[in-house]
Amino acid sequence: MSIEAIRRPRPKGAGAVPFSGFLWRLPWLRPVLLLTPPLAWFVVIYFASLALLLITAFWTINPFTTQVVQQWNLDNFRIILTDSTYWSIIGRTVLIASLVTITDAVLAFPLAYYMARVASRRVQTLLFAAVLLPLWASYLARVYAWILILNHDGLLNWSLRSIGLPPANIGYTNTAMWLVFSYIWLPFMIIPTYAALERVPESLLDAAADLGARRWRAVRDVVLPLVLPGVVAGSIFTFALTLGDYITPILVGGASSNFIGNVVYANIGIANNVPFAAALTTVPVAIMVVYLTIAYKLGAFEAL
Amino acid sequence: MRRGMKSMKFGGLAAASMLLLVACGSSGGTARPTTQQPPTANMKPQTTIGAGEGQLNLILWDGYADKSWVDPFTKATGCKVNQHPAGSSDEMVSLMKNGGGGQWDMVSASGDADLRLIYGGDVKPMNVNLIPDWQNFQTYFKNPPFNTINGVHYGISLQWGPNTLLYNTKVFPNKPTSWSVIYDPAYKGRITVPDNPIQIADAALYLSKSQPSLGIKDPYELTQRQFDAAVNLLKQQQPLIKHYWSLATDEISLFQNSDVVVGASWPYQTITLKAAGAPADDTIPQEGATGWADTWMLATNAPHPNCAYLWAKWVSTPQVQAEQALSFGETPVNSKACAVMETLQAGSCAKYHADQTSSSYFSTIAFWKTPLATCDDGTNNCVPYAQWVAAWTTIKG
Repeated sequence: MSIEAIRRPRPKGAGAVPFSGFLWRLPWLRPVLLLTPPLAWFVVIYFASLALLLITAFWTINPFTTQVVQQWNLDNFRIILTDSTYWSIIGRTVLIASLVTITDAVLAFPLAYYMARVASRRVQTLLFAAVLLPLWASYLARVYAWILILNHDGLLNWSLRSIGLPPANIGYTNTAMWLVFSYIWLPFMIIPTYAALERVPESLLDAAADLGARRWRAVRDVVLPLVLPGVVAGSIFTFALTLGDYITPILVGGASSNFIGNVVYANIGIANNVPFAAALTTVPVAIMVVYLTIAYKLGAFEAL
Repeated sequence: MRRGMKSMKFGGLAAASMLLLVACGSSGGTARPTTQQPPTANMKPQTTIGAGEGQLNLILWDGYADKSWVDPFTKATGCKVNQHPAGSSDEMVSLMKNGGGGQWDMVSASGDADLRLIYGGDVKPMNVNLIPDWQNFQTYFKNPPFNTINGVHYGISLQWGPNTLLYNTKVFPNKPTSWSVIYDPAYKGRITVPDNPIQIADAALYLSKSQPSLGIKDPYELTQRQFDAAVNLLKQQQPLIKHYWSLATDEISLFQNSDVVVGASWPYQTITLKAAGAPADDTIPQEGATGWADTWMLATNAPHPNCAYLWAKWVSTPQVQAEQALSFGETPVNSKACAVMETLQAGSCAKYHADQTSSSYFSTIAFWKTPLATCDDGTNNCVPYAQWVAAWTTIKG
């Protein structure tokens, strides 16, 4: 539309300005113009990169120069499926991601319940800020804080010693990873749970009380089923974020703490074996597809 | 043929990949590379050093660009030094390749990365005539086989040194005499080793003395049987490890916080820990040690070549060579650095063997090199590096 077109005094009646008139005559054109840029972005950037990843997984590298050799084969997948090392790494990643999700769900529910249904407006705001505050600090700083707490001469052992207990050696172990992950992703569980709890109508609880349900019965039979989609939505964050992480295992993991992400990182950053890394990356993608399907069935996407 | 592969890009024509498939079928990348011409061999190096470009991007080992010699360099040349420390030779190779060479100027590559960089076309020839101090280098380091091929120099030698055994002096009042301590269940959960596949060579070096029946002569040229024995030893070591360290600073904090008491290390960690007053010291055990010989190499597409040459010139001077040697705990290649080391720290020249590279000390160190399928005797029975990397993943679990 030219500047003239805008400045010219508008004649009365619809369709007098050329471009909008054009859109008016062709009603299908408006949504097409509106949706093409984001859809193109989605298809080109998002799907194309995933497709390239999948294709690369079927290639291999020259072992000496580590240049990619475009030679179709299933070797990468064969190695992943037959070598027990990769099974144990995948198993460890999924196990810790699940434990972190359960831990966060258990920790988040009471806090979210208090925030949504019990706390005064003022306390609610304060708690909200407190939950979100750690997200303002760098991820690395928060992990290093835990190293300072958990290492041999750290705060935890110092406290244990000063009350006469033997030191706990959980620095650089899988337990340390579980603790740190649970801490880091907790806000991502609290917020969706809180949102779901806030949407439970007060009238349903009144009705439950009128029908003779005690407080705990009402929570179990009325609140929990209504909040479950919110918790599942939160679990998508905690599970997926843990599943894809590789920094925390490097920093607080022990001798046997490799995650899928670490092996991907080692193959790209160290061995320069991009095809193998790509093949390995399809594993978390497959796990997330299964997880999201289950979450969908549980109605998690209605709560997002 | 290798050059043909390099020019291949993602999304190449299917027909081209089919051709490549046929072309590659016979080689498998195992041919001894020294019979081939590196891709950049015919690039003419510059003959003069122009004005600095104001920036210099380096991939280097922790501690290789200390403030004490970087600040005077920046002041004199106007080249601002941007550092990217790498944790292993593999990471250096990977960074050089993935940066496309257009991002980095130089890399302080060790002997096990040099050939991969040269034959990958990631670095280009350098003009040693632009480095006046090159004339003063120890003879071996003027044209060492790991950075000079067919008389073409692909970099300027820098420093060399051993991988040491680092220990807590409170736990070990007497110096440990053998590498066996890092495989000893008595120190379960208090051992650290580098997160680096080349660590398999350290195990092989130890086995070459503790199990002579295996017949290990060169820890980088292992037959399948010798390789399996080394990997097996490291698998037994794995439950004893507290943490596989990636950066030197990781290991320093592990020792400072008493998380570990013994580990494989570089002299740099010892010097830093001692300076911080930590109860730590290092030693080269009776089995000898693996070690490195580093070279500053110039990226093929270096965006700041003049600053790069100015840097290579600067770090080759006796003063900086001596400062870096004492700061990191390694041996300079410039024979004139010895006198400067003595003025900085009496007795240090002899301590770091800077006066004698032809001595027996030089030969006790098994310098890092890339394991190839072809053994030195010409047979094809050795385990190539790709398998070392894969085995390292299974060792760590």
